[in-house]
Amino acid sequence: MDLEEYRRRAEKALSKPAKYGPDLDVRKFPPPKRPRSFQEILRQSSHMLASLGIDPSKADTSTYIQIDEEPVELKTGVEGVRLYTLRGALKENLVNEYFWKAVQVDADKYTAAAELFGNHQGYVIIAEEGAKVSKPVQACLLMSTPRSIQAPHNIIIVNEGAELHVVTGCLTMMEMPGLHAGISEFYIKKGGKLTYTMIHQWEESTHVRPRTAVIVEEGGQYISHYINLTPTASLQTDPKVYLEGEGAKAYLSSVIVSKGSSIMDVGGTVYMRAANTSAEIVSRVVTKDRAQVTARSLISAEAPNSKGHIECDGLLLSKESRILTLPSLDAKIDEVQLSHEAAVGKLSEEQIYYLMTKGFSEEEATSMLVRGFMEVKVEGLPEQLKRQIKAAIDLAAAGL
Amino acid sequence: MLKVEDLWVEVNGRTVLKGVNLEVGEGEIVALLGPNGSGKSSLIHTIMGNPKYKVVKGRILFRRRDITHATADERARMGIGIAMQIPPKIRGIKLIDLLKMVSKQYNTNLNEVLELANMLGAEKLLKRDLHDGFSGGEMKRAEILLLAAQRPKLSLLDEPDSGVDIESLPILGKAINEMLIGDNDRAFERNAGIIVTHTGDILKYIPSVNRAFIVLNGEVKCFGHPQAILRDIERYGFGGCVSCIVSGVKDGPRGI
Repeated sequence: MDLEEYRRRAEKALSKPAKYGPDLDVRKFPPPKRPRSFQEILRQSSHMLASLGIDPSKADTSTYIQIDEEPVELKTGVEGVRLYTLRGALKENLVNEYFWKAVQVDADKYTAAAELFGNHQGYVIIAEEGAKVSKPVQACLLMSTPRSIQAPHNIIIVNEGAELHVVTGCLTMMEMPGLHAGISEFYIKKGGKLTYTMIHQWEESTHVRPRTAVIVEEGGQYISHYINLTPTASLQTDPKVYLEGEGAKAYLSSVIVSKGSSIMDVGGTVYMRAANTSAEIVSRVVTKDRAQVTARSLISAEAPNSKGHIECDGLLLSKESRILTLPSLDAKIDEVQLSHEAAVGKLSEEQIYYLMTKGFSEEEATSMLVRGFMEVKVEGLPEQLKRQIKAAIDLAAAGL
Repeated sequence: MLKVEDLWVEVNGRTVLKGVNLEVGEGEIVALLGPNGSGKSSLIHTIMGNPKYKVVKGRILFRRRDITHATADERARMGIGIAMQIPPKIRGIKLIDLLKMVSKQYNTNLNEVLELANMLGAEKLLKRDLHDGFSGGEMKRAEILLLAAQRPKLSLLDEPDSGVDIESLPILGKAINEMLIGDNDRAFERNAGIIVTHTGDILKYIPSVNRAFIVLNGEVKCFGHPQAILRDIERYGFGGCVSCIVSGVKDGPRGI
């Protein structure tokens, strides 16, 4: 693997704007200096981690924690899973076929910045062939240095027939501006299954530009739950899933709570490139204050008997906020089934009255309806993960 | 229990109730009959406190308290409940979850409600989002269960028999009767009810209903024994009621 080549390509792309989202000058967010005390930061953030259901102190967990650009915890307590830092995995030549293979290093200035300023850190998680791992592997990315970049590069490999759950909590401890540009490349081999849950808890001054791509082979499944809890200066993401093998499946859900002056552009794209593949993209957006959210989704059907469905719903809790939903279906051949439904509006008075007739106050009825709106399907997930997703959505609803 | 006095109500500037008088005694169950659009549902929803229905004149007394301007949730907590004709679907809230919450709030026995669910053949609805994709009959069952969890002193049932298939009607009627009356034979401890019905079919299963009112053009025209009224409606249509041939009572009922 020629690391120099990636560097050259990244340097050329460092001014290349992303297709969507407010354009940022990445040079204004230099790599951070090593913070004084990681332990102190960890201690301070432990309650935030706990609120996301992440507790590294438990013995039988696999946990990765990165502060700014340094891994500070790498614990492998779960059988069937190997966990590395990216630097470690590169050194052992474990990810040569995976590093910058799903995401292009010169896709835009954020991928370029991750390569150039990301310190080649991030997690690498490998589920061994046939391993059914029900205990979620937890990863946590913390930002602690103001006005700097955090750009972890994460790789997950789910080998043939393996089943893996990963929960990532990303949060910041500072109220100062910062840029998070995480790269995620996931590879799901034949018959493998990955459920990936990402919970974002940023500050109003954080800019977030994750770049994610997933390659799913024959009969593999990718299930993703994304929950954004807090206001963020700007967020733009559009994970891309490539269903390359016959019968592969993808389910992407996002629950986006957007408040304050947040600008969010959240997408999801699935390319169904093999026969009998299927995809479902579900998004629930709740806006308040002056928040602006664009919810994009695209399902592209390129092989026979592929099936795709998009459901994108928006709930406006203020007059000044805005939701733009852009569900797109692209049928490149005729033997496909694609559909979408979208609904955007405020809470219905009829529903509020209905719950009030059951004895709930207007406020109670409103929060019940908002919480209900944010509900996404979690059937088939391990109990711990279900609880974690539920807790995260509860937390998001409580902030409204 | 309930006294409605000279009630005038508007919806979006249109007058839908024109001086309604109605009285329901303690533990009494009455029926409201009348053609579509006559004001039956408007009356029910005004009693429940739907903010869409603006009271421009008159008042509503519930257990001697003036509730004309109380909110729907205040009325619910005082002991008024409604089973809607077409309830809204509520995504993300499962029937079972709402039953639990309601039962907790009113301190009723959830197991009894679940037994009723079995009796109604509604177990499969419990884990579904409320009214989401429910058939007409399923909506009625869910509403009856929710009402049972609430155990209101006064139940307002808006067309509990519409959209219900013939085989289910006796079960639903029995469930309503049980919910209202239970095995309590002391009338003053029973719950009261107002049953809006188009056809009167449901009344066969609720034998204690002995007064039916006819609502026409936003007015309560007359009352009488339900069977007699239904017979006359069959014979003369609702129009025949204007002259109050049934009971001979003019200018609305005076209550009991």
